Amino acid sequence: MANFQTKIVETDVLIVGGGMAATGAAVEAAYWAKKNGLKVTLVDKAAMDRSGAVAMGLSALNQYLGVGAGDNTVEDYVRYVRQDLMGITREDLVFDIARHVDGTVHLFEKWGLPIWKDEAGKYVHEGRWQVMINGESYKVLVAEAAKNALGTENIYERVFITEPIVENGKCVGAVGFSTRDEVFYVFKAKAVLVAAGGAVSVFRPRSVGEGLGRSWYPPFNSGSSAYMTIKAGAEMTCQEVRFIPVRFKDGYGPVGAWFLLFKAAATNAFGENYMATHADELKKYAPYGLGKPIPACLRNHLGMMDIFAGKGPLYMQTAEAIQKIAANAPDEKSAKKKLKELESEAWEDFLDMTISQAILWAAQNIEPEKVPSEIAPCEPYFIGSHSGASGAWVSGQEDLQTEATKKDYFWGYAYMTTVPGMFAAGDASGASSHKFSTGSFTEGRLAAKAACKYCVDNKAAPVVTDAVIEDFKKRTTAPMALFEQHQAYSNDPNINPNFIKPRDYMFRLQKLMDEYAGGVSSQFTTNEKLLDRGLHLLGMLKEDAAKLAAGDLNELMRCWENIHRTWQAESHIRTLQFRQETRWPGYYYRADKPGLDDANWKCFVNCKCDAKTGEWTMIKRPIHRIVE
Amino acid sequence: MPSFVINDKCDGCKGKDKTACMYVCPNDLMVLDKAKMKAYNRAPDMCWECYSCIKICPQQAMDCRGYADFVPLGASATPLRGSEDIMWTIKFRNGTVKRFKFPIRTTPEGSAKPNGGFEEGAGDFNSPALFTEPASLHMKEVHPLKK
Ligand SMILES: Cc1cc2nc3c(=O)[nH]c(=O)nc-3n(C[C@H](O)[C@H](O)[C@H](O)COP(=O)(O)OP(=O)(O)OC[C@H]3O[C@@H](n4cnc5c(N)ncnc54)[C@H](O)[C@@H]3O)c2cc1C
Ligand code: SF4
Ligand code: SF4
Repeated sequence: MANFQTKIVETDVLIVGGGMAATGAAVEAAYWAKKNGLKVTLVDKAAMDRSGAVAMGLSALNQYLGVGAGDNTVEDYVRYVRQDLMGITREDLVFDIARHVDGTVHLFEKWGLPIWKDEAGKYVHEGRWQVMINGESYKVLVAEAAKNALGTENIYERVFITEPIVENGKCVGAVGFSTRDEVFYVFKAKAVLVAAGGAVSVFRPRSVGEGLGRSWYPPFNSGSSAYMTIKAGAEMTCQEVRFIPVRFKDGYGPVGAWFLLFKAAATNAFGENYMATHADELKKYAPYGLGKPIPACLRNHLGMMDIFAGKGPLYMQTAEAIQKIAANAPDEKSAKKKLKELESEAWEDFLDMTISQAILWAAQNIEPEKVPSEIAPCEPYFIGSHSGASGAWVSGQEDLQTEATKKDYFWGYAYMTTVPGMFAAGDASGASSHKFSTGSFTEGRLAAKAACKYCVDNKAAPVVTDAVIEDFKKRTTAPMALFEQHQAYSNDPNINPNFIKPRDYMFRLQKLMDEYAGGVSSQFTTNEKLLDRGLHLLGMLKEDAAKLAAGDLNELMRCWENIHRTWQAESHIRTLQFRQETRWPGYYYRADKPGLDDANWKCFVNCKCDAKTGEWTMIKRPIHRIVE
Repeated sequence: MPSFVINDKCDGCKGKDKTACMYVCPNDLMVLDKAKMKAYNRAPDMCWECYSCIKICPQQAMDCRGYADFVPLGASATPLRGSEDIMWTIKFRNGTVKRFKFPIRTTPEGSAKPNGGFEEGAGDFNSPALFTEPASLHMKEVHPLKK
């Protein structure tokens, strides 16, 4: 019999998550907290040293501007993000992160992150905004700084947060459980900063056998940020803007270094460079299609045109690229040396962030300097910090508002959602794409400072009654109680008409999303009728979520991960349905509404679920420019 | 089966209540079988092959076998992570072996100071500066919006 003990933790600022945004928040919050006599607590479902998307490490810092050295301007970055997202971006948020991100990178260097430097001592760039690192221990380092800042006594690892606590319209904490012991946790807080990453496994992955876990995005981020914010009643934005990376096929190894550093071309099976052969298609998506750099979704789109026309597989022409670079060397000896260097850089790119790809290359006897390698679009992910944009609608910074933006983008505390006391950063906050690891850490810092200010201004201690706590406890642990109640009925712990196990539930969700909401097997294409049907079936799945059953704590976590994914899925379908155009081809296609419609849809599509009635509202919000 | 445990080498981290592999796995996959005193991966198809467990195991008792549904047999990638570097041995299906060594950090373990040695600001909530700014920006002030 499961017998959960209840532990109550009272704090001022609660940070939910332990990834890039959360570690940034911890480092910054510790300072403001000390100055103002506040307590900060961080909760992570895993061990901070290796939790989240950076578990394996990374091989580049994707956002660095070099403003101090005069390399780029903050305004340049805003224009770049606006262009990549087909015009849909919160410029005040992008501006704010961009003007602070360099300071974060300089901190990382002091902490010991090996950043590549040239002879003049300048960072080596992969592309205009990306700097190369030896990033195997990137996450270990930022976690170390966060622990040193907060003190391990204020950090709860292996506690999975299930739900936000909202009282009188304000967020006043969160509840969860230990994945190690039968302990139910209640964190009472004045401010809650949601930084629990994005969502994967909402759509059926390409690989459905043992490779199920080899999604590009880590299988351990399961939409908790989206759930926490939607469930609290926060307004969400860009929930249609999923991200589909094109990566080396099956291993999902990074292609950035190949495109940007080695200048490799991608072609179809017949050696045709689809960016050149389909260049005319870009005109349909003017002005974005004609701007530079070409948006990621449009690059996807041109490649997909060839795949759909039966001209696959697509290849990254690695050998050609490497030989070209080596050929530029003055003599044979230096060409050989250069080749060796490039080979090592190519392998490091995988070994520091996608080891599976290294195994796959070795298993297929692929030496990139000799043969090209297959690339393919992955399944859809929700990662607002990368090239997607989904997340909560948050307030901007006061000094970055104009007369026009003030009433739409500003409500008092930066990075606060529309629910007082609830803040969001990293993948949890939307419409500020392309922040990546460095920008997410920076946004965590910005949000933490604002959350501390909120606590100083709002001193009343949160009141959460015992009855409310008991109710949360019952809901949190319900899947274990349900299993205990019915398990004796059948001879198979997974097959029982009285409940559904989280694994089967996940497969049902993935199949549904794949087939109705434009996953891999539907070639990323959907329409209004498919979405209607999908939503209907999702409604039944949501009802069945009450029948999720768990045999142990690990399964209890899996149950909740899937509940979280379901809400991410619902907000996605509803937003796909509402926006009557195909603005991001290559991410998804509305077959019944092809093409751009700037006149009607150059706006944010936001949505909100009423915390009491469960009713959804769709909202259009205007786009304002703050940078020309 | 993505990450796996080599029976002969695993000592169950000597039966401490937290084994190294259990401690670190970001997806909570590693479990200690207390009867056998050996760890195992409870859901290989939920494994990201992130290698966190393989790198941390004090007995080098863990390895990875590429996902069976698309990786041909016979290859491996084996890390040896020290305090400053990581060494990789890559074995190809055709027997080719490649070795790489990459740095992992430039400072001693545990030494990351939150402010990185940058001068701290005045602690004004109403200024746009974060606590290490403007020093950490290598600039005189936080960049304002020209309106
Ligand atoms: C494959 C890949 C490659 C990338 N490459 C680069 C790159 O080269 N350069 C770059 O700059 N960026 C890169 N990125 C982007 C970068 O990793 C993300 O932008 C960044 O990690 C986002 O930070 P986050 O804090 O929002 O999420 P994460 O860092 O993923 O952190 C999420 C945290 O939330 C915790 N959590 C989740 N659910 C719960 C819950 N219910 N309760 C408690 N805790 C929970 C997790 O354990 C984790 O600690 C890459 C991302 C991926 C996936
Ligand atoms: S860390 Fe290594 S030795 Fe320890 S339990 Fe895991 S596999 Fe066994
Ligand atoms: S490789 Fe990573 S995801 Fe797989 S078991 Fe080890 S730590 Fe967990």
